[in-house]
Amino acid sequence: MSFEQLLFYLFSGVLLLSGISMVTVRNPVYAALSLIVCFFTSAAIWVTLEAEFLGIVLVLVYVGAVMVLFLFVIMMLDINHNHLKEGFIKYLPVGLLVALVIAVEMILVLNGGGFDGEKYMQGQRHGADYSNTKALGEVLYKQYLYPFEIAAVILLVAIIAAITLTLRRRPNSKSQNIDQQVRVKREDRVRLVKMEAEK
Amino acid sequence: MIGLSHYLVVAAILFAISIAGMFLNRKNMLVLLMCIELMLLAVNLNFIAFSHYMDDMAGQIFVFFILTVAAAEAAIGLAILVVLFRSRRTINVQELNGLKG
Repeated sequence: MSFEQLLFYLFSGVLLLSGISMVTVRNPVYAALSLIVCFFTSAAIWVTLEAEFLGIVLVLVYVGAVMVLFLFVIMMLDINHNHLKEGFIKYLPVGLLVALVIAVEMILVLNGGGFDGEKYMQGQRHGADYSNTKALGEVLYKQYLYPFEIAAVILLVAIIAAITLTLRRRPNSKSQNIDQQVRVKREDRVRLVKMEAEK
Repeated sequence: MIGLSHYLVVAAILFAISIAGMFLNRKNMLVLLMCIELMLLAVNLNFIAFSHYMDDMAGQIFVFFILTVAAAEAAIGLAILVVLFRSRRTINVQELNGLKG
């Protein structure tokens, strides 16, 4: 077994095992942590496939941002997780059956001879001076510039949507009005009263 | 020798695992969102493997856009979840029957 094969079987074994543990554990925090392991190992697989830029993006964006957001939400919501797992045994047979049927069908199709050619057995290996990031940028900023801008707009819309969804105004809360505080004049606050001197 | 079909089989099994997860965790909306993320990961693995074996950069561009859209989807989904929990005090999918669907 070559080193390359060893890496492939190691990473895909960890990936599948952590995927199984994600869907079966009782506590959502452990599910999120298993999903982090999934993202990490698939980033490693992507790096072995010479997609270094996307592998690093997966670790930075998904492990660093999206999964932390998931963990924040899990910890912020006060949920009784025990009764949410009810029906696990009840739906286990049908879930396993559907998953097994889908997996077997897809594997049969994939091993049906369509990907047996010489081209699909050996990937395109580039030299040490090849930069994946540069190649991706060449295509992304020339050929796919318009979709790239649309993706940026989608992210902007998502930011605004998430903020407006979770923003809530409380009528009783007290807050400063800086604008009015700065513009206040002496006459608004101070009142001079003329009165007789006390004897 | 690791061929293209090895990667495709791993991605197919990962996809099937996340479908099983949808069935098993059909009450907990949080874990359902995580299962969607796992499905998109399996699809991305397919794209990367094809991009490597066919020496075509378009597959990686697609993964780039899928990652963008999935991040947006996770952010909005979690925001909806938080709003839902605030108003109904539950994230149990079975109790969310306001639309009488």
